[in-house]
Amino acid sequence: MTLLNRRQVVEHLLQPRGDLLVVAGLGAPAWDITAAGDHPLNFPMWGGMGGAIATGLGLALAQPTKRVLVITGDGELLMGLNSLATIGVSQPTNLAIVVLDNEVYGETGKQKTHTGFGVDLAAVATACGFTNSSIITDVNELASLKKEVYGSGLMFAQVKVDSKSDELVLPPRDGALLKNRFREALLGDQCHFSN
Amino acid sequence: MTLENHWSNTVFNLICEQDISIVSFVPDAGLSQLIDLCVAYEGIQTVRLTSEEEGVALAMGTWLGGKKSLLLMQSSGVGNCINMLSMLNTCQVPLPMMVTMRGHWGEFNPWQVPMGQGAENVLKEMGVTTFRAQENDEVAKCAEGAIRFAFNTYRPTAVLIDQRVLGAKTFGR
Repeated sequence: MTLLNRRQVVEHLLQPRGDLLVVAGLGAPAWDITAAGDHPLNFPMWGGMGGAIATGLGLALAQPTKRVLVITGDGELLMGLNSLATIGVSQPTNLAIVVLDNEVYGETGKQKTHTGFGVDLAAVATACGFTNSSIITDVNELASLKKEVYGSGLMFAQVKVDSKSDELVLPPRDGALLKNRFREALLGDQCHFSN
Repeated sequence: MTLENHWSNTVFNLICEQDISIVSFVPDAGLSQLIDLCVAYEGIQTVRLTSEEEGVALAMGTWLGGKKSLLLMQSSGVGNCINMLSMLNTCQVPLPMMVTMRGHWGEFNPWQVPMGQGAENVLKEMGVTTFRAQENDEVAKCAEGAIRFAFNTYRPTAVLIDQRVLGAKTFGR
């Protein structure tokens, strides 16, 4: 069976994207969302490994009427796996988590991650209280995945992807810029005049 | 000290006045009254963390979404936050933290000493502005300063609440 390609998955999820708020974990997921089209409502992380889904939780709690998608990698999620328990307890209904699982640390020499040894992230999510948790392996499943990402309810999907390194498509590196343009796009100019 | 004049009440009022709507925490005995007040109030969303660094990442998200948050932890949790604090520093994100100290005055448990003694330096090294409350009546003043400083100047701040305020845990000895 041919594994899915991460860029194909992300492009499918983000084109078009409506008013979706997108957080991407550091490394390849940040390049993937940028390759699908740089956008002010993207927050690509260049650090804070292990913090992507907790950042997504904060955003989801702050903006309960908006849909939030966190796209991250298996290595990044494994570093903050405990946050699945925190999210399972919080149960935000507007948060979708998609893990692009290539079973390696792609940025550091493709050393195998724990998922490459059989750790089942979707089962962990289920055990933490995600009632909608699945493993996606087939291109024919992407349409229903997209529907759930843009639907309602807390969801988790572990998408098995190949470990090929794609062309680097880098977002801006200035964290203050990324934050400010996100806030301006979401909250309007007035966010700069009040706190 | 009666419950009515406990610093937790003043700090809780500050949280409300300053429109902080999300409070995340890893519990500590010294924070239990403030946590109870926050959990009981429907105007505040509380988030139970498994580790303090989650609260740092959470604050990144709440600020992106236009809401203010506050993080409560014990000093041992400062060590768990170090790398995640890079994000607040780089992105200029405000986050006031209330840190109850261990490893100082009256400490019984030697295992608490290294992180307790190192906590303030660690915070400063990671760009967090610190305020030390050594007496009961200093807690609310420090908290007000730390909250205003954080949101006025877009950076993380921490109030370190001394064991002399909290009372040292004696393990019955």
